[in-house]
Amino acid sequence: MKIRTILTLGTLVIALALISWWMGEQSYTWFPPQASAESQLIDRLFSFLVAIGTFIFLGVVGTIVYVALFQQAGKYDTSDGPHIEGNVTLEVVWTAIPFILVVGIAAYSYHIYDRISILGPMEHVHGSMAHNMASETPAIAPVSTEANDSNAIVKSEVVIAVKSRQWAWEFYYPDRQVTTAELHLPADQRISLQLTSEDVIHGFYVPAFRVKQDIIPGRAITLKFTPIREGRYRLRDSQYSGTYFAAMQADVVVESDDSYQQWLTDAANQKPTAAYNQAFDEFQRSPGGRIGWQTVQPAPPPLVNYPGKGTS
Amino acid sequence: MPGAPNDWQRFFSFSTDHKVIGIQYLVTSFFFFLVGGIFAMIIRGELITPESDLVDRTVYNAMFTMHGTVMLFLWTFPCLLGLGNYLVPLMIGARDMAFPRLNAIAFWMVPVFGTILMASFLVPGGPAQAGWWAYPPVSLQNPTGNLINGQMLWLLAVAISGVSSIMGAVNFVTTIARMRAPGMTWFRMPVFVWTVLAAQIIQLFGLPALTAGAVMLLLDLTVGTTFFDPAKGGDPVLFQHFFWFYSHPAVYVIILPIFGIFSEVLPVYARKPLFGYKVVAISSLIITGLSAIVWVHHMFASGTPGWMRMVFMATTMLISVPTGIKVFAWVATIWGGKLRLSTAMLFALGGLVMFVFSGITGIMLAAVPVDIHVNNTYFVVGHFHYVIYGAVVMGIYAAIYHWFPKMTGRMYSEGLGKLHFALTFIGTNLNFFPMHPLGLQGMPRRVASYDPEFTFWNVVASLGAFLLGMSTLPFILNMIGSWVQGEKAPKNPWRAIGLEWLLSSPPTVENFEELPIVVSEPYGYGKSDPLVSNPDELEVAHEPN
Ligand code: HEM
Ligand SMILES: [Cu+2]
Ligand SMILES: [Cu+2]
Repeated sequence: MKIRTILTLGTLVIALALISWWMGEQSYTWFPPQASAESQLIDRLFSFLVAIGTFIFLGVVGTIVYVALFQQAGKYDTSDGPHIEGNVTLEVVWTAIPFILVVGIAAYSYHIYDRISILGPMEHVHGSMAHNMASETPAIAPVSTEANDSNAIVKSEVVIAVKSRQWAWEFYYPDRQVTTAELHLPADQRISLQLTSEDVIHGFYVPAFRVKQDIIPGRAITLKFTPIREGRYRLRDSQYSGTYFAAMQADVVVESDDSYQQWLTDAANQKPTAAYNQAFDEFQRSPGGRIGWQTVQPAPPPLVNYPGKGTS
Repeated sequence: MPGAPNDWQRFFSFSTDHKVIGIQYLVTSFFFFLVGGIFAMIIRGELITPESDLVDRTVYNAMFTMHGTVMLFLWTFPCLLGLGNYLVPLMIGARDMAFPRLNAIAFWMVPVFGTILMASFLVPGGPAQAGWWAYPPVSLQNPTGNLINGQMLWLLAVAISGVSSIMGAVNFVTTIARMRAPGMTWFRMPVFVWTVLAAQIIQLFGLPALTAGAVMLLLDLTVGTTFFDPAKGGDPVLFQHFFWFYSHPAVYVIILPIFGIFSEVLPVYARKPLFGYKVVAISSLIITGLSAIVWVHHMFASGTPGWMRMVFMATTMLISVPTGIKVFAWVATIWGGKLRLSTAMLFALGGLVMFVFSGITGIMLAAVPVDIHVNNTYFVVGHFHYVIYGAVVMGIYAAIYHWFPKMTGRMYSEGLGKLHFALTFIGTNLNFFPMHPLGLQGMPRRVASYDPEFTFWNVVASLGAFLLGMSTLPFILNMIGSWVQGEKAPKNPWRAIGLEWLLSSPPTVENFEELPIVVSEPYGYGKSDPLVSNPDELEVAHEPN
């Protein structure tokens, strides 16, 4: 290769690398706020993938565009290009590089996945013992309750039961026997949700937490994560669950431990009332829908101590 | 004169000529492409505003269910079978498929199950509304309580489709294995033939799983067995395994022939041999093998244990290696060539660009921590539409333009073709790019209404969709207009190398009067070796029609 070619190629690669790095940094702004400890790790992995992806995309597509623009045949040129059938070195290189790359990506993803599993304030509070225990129960890997026989873990976590049905969310705080239609969580504590469904598969998904778990009827699935940012977020059903699927949402409030405890106490003193439920409301207003087909009837709104500030 | 190449009536008959069946598949599937497109327009019309206001939620849910089903089972699969039917026998130097009658039966089952599926609009309760996955328990709910209901007809249609596709697969695999012309050794087969073989092998091992799953679900729904119903002790996740064990490989059934089309079209219009032919051919079979062991990446959020998530993450990452090899080979093929940007070439290049993008988002989805966030969001919908519209539909268009002169004996209009390409390329990106930011922001898929924060990108996507709807008009105009009164096509208007280009356009009923004797490798651009030793004996001299 001529020096010039090498220099041009080198400059191009450096320029591409810089643009890719910049895209990777940009990618953090494409997400909702990082409201859980897990979200920081996941966004970092995504940013890494965006950087690599940008490099590959610009490299490959840049070459295609270059060829399409500058290597066209002249109008009356009917000759063929050079007869090149292949190049073994090149083919080995472009098999080996992607292979190493995907092994690297898989290893890094595994590492992040593993970190997600052990991440949480317990790590700092109880030291290595908690670390060991926690690593047995990965944060966002589902754990079936039968397998989870360690009460020690349960104590250090905030346990909340999440009940889903077509098409309502209901949250139950066993310590205070409080039922709500809005999910309140204390910040900086490990949350352990017990997910159950009464009818079909639903999905627990809070985009700001980057966690998602299908809820399988007939099974109790544990989902753990650590909210770290106070605010009001959205819980959305993520597994298609029938007619009013899109309306199956709820608010999630992350607050300081003090206001969380206060809220729980206040809620415990409230008489149960019917929460607003969009699916039920829509169905009541027009049972036949606008020229629609027959649907499974929405469950009546749950009776809860705290109906929430939700839409009405 | 019945049976003559220009007698249009034979396209409506039970013909056993693979070329007639090929065109029957193509035209039927394109009709269903338009039907599925109308459903898509209704979906995007609803989503142009956050509220559920255009149609009732049940109607919306039926629309996306039928859209996905029609586009896969009645458009992409049959369309690619059409191309395979038309081209494979010609490309390997055969007079027809191995089992011509089976071929015709398999085709005629398409309108049958298409009609069954469409009939579900007429039954009480309307068509299926459980999505193209038909996950139980939603798919078992049947609010009308009728025995004949939309979901039941849906399952029946999918089962018939499975049987038809298995017949097709047996036919293709046998044809490619047994019917090759003298001298057409494995490594002289065009890559399109390799990819059809690789795809049809997937059908053979995968379809029984889907068909079994569909039949079991049908039994649960109609006679009350309890395979999948959790209320009666069944396991709904088991269905997901049945479904994805086939439906992941199914995406490779779709993309592999497109890889074949890229491999045929790019060398012709770049005037260079396909770079690394053997590696490209073999990697198709490697993809077939790997595609059987990645299905759980669709179920990362389904309660899948951690170790299983990691295993399937690794296999999914691996499958991008043979895929990447092909992409590099295509780029090296056009590099240093003498490009002619005909409509077919533009669609091939555009499809390749879109495919690169979808491959990158595919890797992101394979990374479990990222997938936990974007699974079941619009990000996934963006990923697979870049593949299925970007690469597959554009690849199909590339093929139709490229072989149009061969199939019809007429030249198409380049002007209309380029307009079609421009509208398609812009429309596809406008329609499907916005789905990526939407998914990252947390908009779930399959929703009839959404929070107002998502409005901007949804409006862009809907406008892109309407543009895509429009983009089919110059195509239809071009196809009909050119077929009726286009310029007469010579044998080989593109100076392409391949057995089909040695025959008249269109070829005679028997294809080859005398079987070709193949004497060299495919893609001999830049060399002047003859492809066959008997080019003048392939057809009896006949007066030009
Ligand atoms: C580099 C190669 C690819 C990788 C690594 C990849 C990876 C993935 C993953 C992990 C998912 C599941 C995401 C989720 O549901 O959360 C997915 C979905 C999907 N992919 Fe790909 N993919 C690749 C190429 C393709 C190709 C070639 C096609 C098809 C022609 C395709 C079509 C689809 C479809 C249709 C879905 C979604 C199906 C559905 O959920 O309805 N992908 N892909
Ligand atoms: Cu739900
Ligand atoms: Cu897949």
